[in-house]
Amino acid sequence: MESRKSGLLDMTAIELSCAIREGRTTTLEAVNAVFEQIEEKEEEYHCYITIEKEKAMQSAREVQAKIESGELTGPLAGVPVAIKDNLCTEGTLTTCASKILENFVPTFSAEAVELLKKAGAVIIGKTNMDEFAMGSTTETSYFGVTRNPADITRVPGGSSGGSAAAVAAGECFFALGSDTGGSIRQPAGYCGVVGMKPTYGTVSRYGLVAYSSSLDQIGPLTKDVADCAAVLSAIASHDEKDSTSMKREDTDFMSALVKDVKGMKIGIPRDYFSEGLDGQVKKAVLSAAKVLEAEGAVLEEFDLSLVDYAIPTYYTIAAAEASSNLERFDGIKYGYRAAEEGIGLHEMYKKTRSEGFGEEVKRRIMLGSFVLSSGYYDAYYLKALKVKAMIKQAFDQAFSRYDMILGPVSPTTAPRLGESLSDPLKMYLGDIYTISVNLAGLPAISLPCGRDDQGLPIGLQLIGDCFSEKKLLQAAYTYEQAVKNGKLTDDKTGIVKSDRKEA
Amino acid sequence: MANMISDETIEYVSILAKLDLSEEQKEAAKKDMGRMLDYIDKLNELDTEGVEPMSHVFPVQNVFREDVVTNGDDSERLLSNAPEEQDNMFVVPRTFE
Repeated sequence: MESRKSGLLDMTAIELSCAIREGRTTTLEAVNAVFEQIEEKEEEYHCYITIEKEKAMQSAREVQAKIESGELTGPLAGVPVAIKDNLCTEGTLTTCASKILENFVPTFSAEAVELLKKAGAVIIGKTNMDEFAMGSTTETSYFGVTRNPADITRVPGGSSGGSAAAVAAGECFFALGSDTGGSIRQPAGYCGVVGMKPTYGTVSRYGLVAYSSSLDQIGPLTKDVADCAAVLSAIASHDEKDSTSMKREDTDFMSALVKDVKGMKIGIPRDYFSEGLDGQVKKAVLSAAKVLEAEGAVLEEFDLSLVDYAIPTYYTIAAAEASSNLERFDGIKYGYRAAEEGIGLHEMYKKTRSEGFGEEVKRRIMLGSFVLSSGYYDAYYLKALKVKAMIKQAFDQAFSRYDMILGPVSPTTAPRLGESLSDPLKMYLGDIYTISVNLAGLPAISLPCGRDDQGLPIGLQLIGDCFSEKKLLQAAYTYEQAVKNGKLTDDKTGIVKSDRKEA
Repeated sequence: MANMISDETIEYVSILAKLDLSEEQKEAAKKDMGRMLDYIDKLNELDTEGVEPMSHVFPVQNVFREDVVTNGDDSERLLSNAPEEQDNMFVVPRTFE
């Protein structure tokens, strides 16, 4: 029984759907294996805020029937998925890990969730996150921390920490996250899974509870690159319900799974490898670059510039948009309301929001209200929008010379629980390699490229020009295949061993 | 700290943000915001003269569609999320005497 379960859980999403189609297992069996794993591990890891076992069983039976009748044939049919808790799910609690939404049950589902359901994925539950996706460790959740399955004394990263940990722990086969400044890529890196932030506008944001609308983008967290391509193919869509949604024709991302990087030009920004970067992370990432070079890619170092300005630009814009987006939480239409007799409307608003939001959320709402206030708007908000344009330009220049940019995901591996929150500025600095991607609307993928001497996963990041997901997936796939086949050993390349550390 | 946030500023910002802060929280917020602004001031090192502010990375503006109702009457389900409701309406605290 045990071996049967672990046999199933070792499969990728694509392998599982194939096994179900061929009758080697069933959707129900896969869902059961996931729930057994949850039974065993969840108390320790706490990946989920809400688990919907009955609904998952019901949906598994329906999906299985459709697979057997030939109605569902795709690579996600019958595959258990976890959804970040800032994506609306009809009839299922959606809290954004906040007290202010502790009892909110949406009447509709996010477009990306609808598309996964149509593809036959089975929703297991809603994953833990930083409150309203504001944080890099999943420690600002109102519902408690998530632990990193690679080392339970460490954070899983954030804000999509629950999603990344659930994939790494086998508590689902893949997950959805959202990425505003690195919130998919960084936890993927810390937990040793694959995560992708698509080009802005590729996945509809309809039903994603907005944090910073001009930067937010939904994306996959998966066990490998092929799964990532499959999930992205399923959720990419043009949607009239999101006015920033882009019309794209090239959404068959599976076609990019080709092991070939011959002649691909990869830029390595010197500014991403300077001070602040951990030595072991640097070594692993540069070794990964060498693997791609051995496969035929052409590497070149260059200066990206403006890297140090990305974080202050980001926090100005994100806080401004957050202060506006989070105005809707007022204790009237849904969610928490501060109970007090005899207070007026405005007092009720203030009390509700003060009691309902956590510290980090309030910090950003205050900062955002300030930078948008009259007298400061030009000096802060408008200035940030101008620097954003300059950052975008720096990337445009880079992509006139390179097919993609290669660098680390984060300066270090996963920090210990409780280490980060005491100093918000220091925590913000951990986003230095991921944040500018959102400012420029670019796609980027994070994939495992080894472990440090503590056994903690290290993430490799590939950044592409707008709409170049296929190139990124192709390069990522090539790297993954090259390493998997063991063609390059530790001795030759200095790659830190990529074998999974046994839990 | 280069940016000293005054009591008046914090008061004003908490009105804009609709947050009720205790004295202790106000002091912490003053310090927090001052530090953040010191950091954000780094942007002043850059000459942005003549740079167009970019709010959206793609030149997409004013996306229109026909205003056609596609969903049904959801009022009952929507109201079931309300902290307080009565006769198919949201109940709010008394707003004037």
